[in-house]
Amino acid sequence: MTTVHLMHNKVELALHQLADGPGHPLLVLHGLGEATGDTVPAPWQAWTGPVWGLDFTGHGASTVPHGGGYTCEVLASDADIALGHIGSATIVGRGLGGYIGLMVAAARPESVRGLVIVDGPGLAGGGDGPSSGTWFDPADADGSSPDPFALFELSTDTRPADYAMGFLRLVLARSELDAPVCVTAMVRPPWLAAVADEPGVVTESAEAAIARYSAVG
Amino acid sequence: MVINTVLESDVAPYPGARRPDRSWTVDSHGLSIAAYQWGDDTAPPMFIAHGGFDFAGTLDGFAPRLAAGGWKVIGWDQRGHGDSEHAALYSWDADLRDAVAVIRSVTDRPAPMLGHSKGGGLMMALSEIRPDLMSHLVNLDGLPSRRTMPDMPDRERTRMMSAEMINRFDHRRGAHLNSRKPGTLDELADRRAKMNPRLDHDWLRRLVTIGAKEDADGWRWKIDPSMRFGGFGPNRPEWALARLPGLRVPLLALLGLELEEMGWGTQPGDVEPWLPPTATFVPMEGVGHFVHIEQPDRVANLVLEFLS
Repeated sequence: MTTVHLMHNKVELALHQLADGPGHPLLVLHGLGEATGDTVPAPWQAWTGPVWGLDFTGHGASTVPHGGGYTCEVLASDADIALGHIGSATIVGRGLGGYIGLMVAAARPESVRGLVIVDGPGLAGGGDGPSSGTWFDPADADGSSPDPFALFELSTDTRPADYAMGFLRLVLARSELDAPVCVTAMVRPPWLAAVADEPGVVTESAEAAIARYSAVG
Repeated sequence: MVINTVLESDVAPYPGARRPDRSWTVDSHGLSIAAYQWGDDTAPPMFIAHGGFDFAGTLDGFAPRLAAGGWKVIGWDQRGHGDSEHAALYSWDADLRDAVAVIRSVTDRPAPMLGHSKGGGLMMALSEIRPDLMSHLVNLDGLPSRRTMPDMPDRERTRMMSAEMINRFDHRRGAHLNSRKPGTLDELADRRAKMNPRLDHDWLRRLVTIGAKEDADGWRWKIDPSMRFGGFGPNRPEWALARLPGLRVPLLALLGLELEEMGWGTQPGDVEPWLPPTATFVPMEGVGHFVHIEQPDRVANLVLEFLS
């Protein structure tokens, strides 16, 4: 595994290359509280091109900033900066990473060569609409990873289905691919149920998704 | 820790305005927040949250008038603003935690909370998540409505969303290299006048001498250059109104009716259905978004009367 360090404002992001190969790249976005491992996670070992894994802000080997302030929108910029380094890639997002991958695919449809949304931590967030206010003031935010602020703030954020659908419509309207979004996740919170039900989105196994997007080049 | 605050002798003078009597920093989970006090140290405290892209120095005209009414008035620079530390991350929740850190550095008893614009929204949120800290709530033209999201065809909305996302992502890719554009004192005042068209030039010059710093190549606003207006996110302004009916503490809400760039376009009819029965609601004809700067005597008197 080799690691490159990329700057996102005051955060140093760790982008790991887990494998190399002749095909086009795969970028793996981890779930909430996770980090990129040392090896390519199953079942993505079958990917024929380079495999990259990004540690989001506050996770893994990336900077843990002071005082929280996490949003999915700012983590989407983490992923966009990684994509800027790689060039173009298929994205596979676990849990939280799937939601963030949808935002990146919406903003950069020319660079995201397919998005696969899979089960993992942080998939649901804080629900579909406004909820009672929450208060969190951790005593154990000591700069270690994963950041407790991230674990709280990215599990309580609102994720309206129509907000996610705005991203999906951008992807479907602007991507050159016939099926630019694939959902393998079994668990489908409201935002993902809406996405999975939209014509143009495929629901299939990870193995089928690998075959589909390995071929797009 | 006492900070090296800008003294009255160092700033452009303005009638009725006065620098704080005391300043200090508060550690909010490792982030340094600059706090300020106008008034007697033994007086009861009240707290004021400034609006987005402002700083506590914008209270130099309003806060002394409240202090003269017998209060210890506490303001602070929100993270990334004024003399507070530039953060890696910014969010509503983080601003609320910083606010509580400032409040707890002064008192552990309920106190009046005031907020202008975004600061008004923050204090409304605080009323729900930390009602134990609040005795009264004063909202200074910080009542949102859905009017800021005009009806438009889905296709146009999607196009605007795409442009906003690309713009935002491009900005974030280079955010670590950005700095504020330098200029003369008058140039910075003129730039700010585009956002504050109803405020006079001498006031804006004063704000430059507090909220900007002078480098070899000119003045620069201190605000974090990674911060920008706009952006995208899931929250809708009108959700904040849903906090009003359940408000436990007395509410004074002021609404400037003159539309301007930094305002939210909220009209009385947008707000009135949500107000608790005991609220005091004051729509202000002929006044813009910065109600407390345009009419500091009138607004201070309304607040002092409300708190009496």
